[in-house]
Amino acid sequence: MSDQVLAEIKNLHTYFYLAEGVVRAVDGVDLTIKAGRTLGIVGESGCGKSITALSLMQLVPSPGKIEEGEITYYQTIHQTESASTSNVIEITKLKPNSREMRAIRGNQISMVFQEPMAAMLPVRTVGAQIMEAIMLHQQVNKVEARERAIDILARAKLPNADRIVDTYPFQLSGGMRQRALSCNPDILIADEPTTALDVTTEAQILDLMRELQREYNMAIMYITHNLGVIAEMAQEVAVMYMGKVVEQTDVASIFRNPLHPYTQALLRSIPQLDDVMARAGQKKRLETIKGMVPDPYSVLPGCSFHPRCPQFMEGVCNEVEPAVIEVEPGHIVRCHLYASRSTKARAN
Amino acid sequence: MLAYILQRIIRVIPQLLLISILAFIIIQLPPGDIVTRQIERLQASGVTVSEAQAQALIRQYGMDRPMYQRYLLWISKIITKFDFGYSYTFEKPVAQVIMERMGYTFAIALFAHIFTWTVAIPIGIYVAVKQYSITDYIVTLVTFVGLAVPAFFLAMIIMYIALTRFGIRTGGLFSQEYMVLPWSWGKFVDLLKHMWLPIILLGTGGVAGTIRTMRAMMLDELRKQYVTVARAKGLSEFSVIVRYPARLAINPILSSVMWLLPPAVSSWRSSSTCKRPARRYTLRCGIRICIWPARIF
Repeated sequence: MSDQVLAEIKNLHTYFYLAEGVVRAVDGVDLTIKAGRTLGIVGESGCGKSITALSLMQLVPSPGKIEEGEITYYQTIHQTESASTSNVIEITKLKPNSREMRAIRGNQISMVFQEPMAAMLPVRTVGAQIMEAIMLHQQVNKVEARERAIDILARAKLPNADRIVDTYPFQLSGGMRQRALSCNPDILIADEPTTALDVTTEAQILDLMRELQREYNMAIMYITHNLGVIAEMAQEVAVMYMGKVVEQTDVASIFRNPLHPYTQALLRSIPQLDDVMARAGQKKRLETIKGMVPDPYSVLPGCSFHPRCPQFMEGVCNEVEPAVIEVEPGHIVRCHLYASRSTKARAN
Repeated sequence: MLAYILQRIIRVIPQLLLISILAFIIIQLPPGDIVTRQIERLQASGVTVSEAQAQALIRQYGMDRPMYQRYLLWISKIITKFDFGYSYTFEKPVAQVIMERMGYTFAIALFAHIFTWTVAIPIGIYVAVKQYSITDYIVTLVTFVGLAVPAFFLAMIIMYIALTRFGIRTGGLFSQEYMVLPWSWGKFVDLLKHMWLPIILLGTGGVAGTIRTMRAMMLDELRKQYVTVARAKGLSEFSVIVRYPARLAINPILSSVMWLLPPAVSSWRSSSTCKRPARRYTLRCGIRICIWPARIF
């Protein structure tokens, strides 16, 4: 049960057509989301993490468009306690506003967003906004929906849930954002949910998410640029750069044996307590990745990381697009450095 | 919240008193008062007014007393008896003059606002959602023209077209036969028949501005995260728009509801341009002057 595949993203391309040019926000991403597992997605701002998530829900904001690729959702409908039927849904084939897509959205695939304050409308009560989602997806009346909303708030460890239900969002602190869980989704997409929170609240929310994951065997797609949170939460990690997954493996390998120069650079730019102590007195700065993420309109020949790569190979990296290489079983990387070490080279 | 509203209402009282004092002083400032006018009128009709008679008149109208006493007399009557005094122009109590007009004007202003909103708010929402579409550009063009054209001028054009093309008489709120009759269902229907034009006339003036406000507010709100959150819940696009961004974007428009009140009292003149036949002459002249240069091109 625990390794059951819930969703597969294959060769996803989501482009934004702007007056200044085409932004290839997601440019060939393959990901697999499994029940009961957490897939972490890391990368700098603008590397396409959020757009990948929004593509999965068919919520790419205009003028963005899913240009190519497939997203398959393996839906399980629980008819009774034991019996259930599965349904294969091609999300990319559904219209963004179709009834079918809306039935999945917020029900089986839910999303938690980055800014706690901006996620709710200030003029409607917290309860009303949670109940809305419950009443939309479950056949319940207002009173039952209200009870469930209170239950959800209580589950989210909010004190006095029956009182909070009638408060307005601005009366609450940033820590309350669990409303997305209101329908026990199969897949929860968490888009930097704790970035705007303080560390103690962050820890509580992470605990809560893991608790709910155990209880409902829920899959989590956790988007962040905080590698510390990834270490704590995820089992699988995908590192994204310029709309592509450059390295993907289990969480232990990403920290112990990072292969892609970008992953290595990311890990080096985290301050380590030992280093900080060792450097005390010396005027040595924390290592950063040189350069900036390139202009989003540009299409770089070869590997998109080559202008910033410390192991840049002239004539290779800036000319040939690196293929996806499986260096070890379950550890894939998109880099020319490992071209010879591949166990099984896959053409892109 | 109730305490807050009460507090705001209580705060209005000293302001109103201050305004009434200022208005009272300003009215007294120019030379000449009701007594001099009365004397002039008597003299014009051939009656000689002696000094003693003049003094008696001055005493009768209380003009011999200091201004603050006259003010107190005036304001205390307003507060205690709702008596604003007597209008020598209309030869009726002032309160009656105000009430006669205010009822209709307020009704017209209210319906005109409702007309403005029912037209402008949906259009404003629509063009914000379809930003940079053909519809948006057309509506934007029309609203800019609408903003540039003064409301009274637009009103004149609509009246002109109504009269010349459709033969709709724009004068008066009642037909001749109902003018003097007491209230009845028939009179009410007759009122509605005559009222829709002034309502549209006044309402159209606000449409362009309201569309612009609504569009700008919607564009701000549509970018906010709660809109994506609402979509992520699985709501239909219509529910998302109406329940979330539109609910917030409508605030500046709703908060202008009370703007109904000042025109209800002070600018009854603008709606009376449609009501009083005597003014139609000036209106027609105005239309001719404005249309004449247009013919040159």
